[in-house]
Amino acid sequence: MTQTSDKLIIGGREFTSRLMVGTGKYASFEQTAQALEMSGAEIITVAVRRVNLDRSKESLLDYIDLKKYTLLPNTAGCYTADDAVRTCRLAREAGMSDFVKLEVLGDEKTLFPDNEELLKAAKILVAEGFTVLPYCSDDVIVCKKLEDLGCAAVMPLGAPIGSGLGIRNPYNIRIILENVSVPVIVDAGVGSASDAAIAMELGCAGVLMNTAIAGAQDPIAMAEAMKLAVIAGRLSFKAGRIPRKLYANASSPLDGLIN
Amino acid sequence: MKIILNGESLETVEGASVETVLKQLGISRERVAVELNTDIVPKADYEKQLLSDGDKIEIVHFVGGG
Repeated sequence: MTQTSDKLIIGGREFTSRLMVGTGKYASFEQTAQALEMSGAEIITVAVRRVNLDRSKESLLDYIDLKKYTLLPNTAGCYTADDAVRTCRLAREAGMSDFVKLEVLGDEKTLFPDNEELLKAAKILVAEGFTVLPYCSDDVIVCKKLEDLGCAAVMPLGAPIGSGLGIRNPYNIRIILENVSVPVIVDAGVGSASDAAIAMELGCAGVLMNTAIAGAQDPIAMAEAMKLAVIAGRLSFKAGRIPRKLYANASSPLDGLIN
Repeated sequence: MKIILNGESLETVEGASVETVLKQLGISRERVAVELNTDIVPKADYEKQLLSDGDKIEIVHFVGGG
């Protein structure tokens, strides 16, 4: 299996890379652009905010080749379905695309999703023709409801946003994978390349991260590490791992040993 | 007349349209979205959408984010 024959399809669109990256928290726009390039990501998240009326300041999109990347605007900072829907409508108008990363937060300290408001917003957005990728709890019931509403993917968290704690409940992710048909993308919680590989080895369709790359001591090197980890994890999943055994099983033949 | 733009008061000409305000501020229309009193203004309507005194306008764009 080569990477090119293993496409990720979301909302009817094909992607080769299974790593999605955020564009926040970098030291500079140059660094953002270099990290994006190194990550090999094709889908990048952005936030929707008021324009700075001081136009002397540069903007992120001055540094990003929009022919190369699919923008995935988020609703970060929204705590109600109404605010999230409003933000998505603005994002569609600004970006001329229906893709949105829907997040409706419940609390500032944990940034955990408010699943009730999330479902409410997802229903409205799907009806308005958006391709909705919701950030949600690692809860199969919520994921199934989001799928039933017509979301193009589900994006359960591995751990709290920006925490770097890794995939805290791989069993929940497995249960989600066994029970939904849309792509499952782990969004949030990844801290290192091995975390990304674990998500992919579980069978996830992709991984979305921001802080793990932007907050690393060398974000550009970490972007490459994440790219390779996602590819390795995917190949490992597809290849099918050996069963875990408690005792040893020799790799070298027992026949023909010298006495 | 005065409008409220992104939460701040802005003086603009009588009979100004959304396009007038964007030009006044030097904002390119390509990658922004505009809300007039919480309703989206489609890009095609920027010239014909006239503003009134006290209107609340939001102009947003994409910034770095996760």
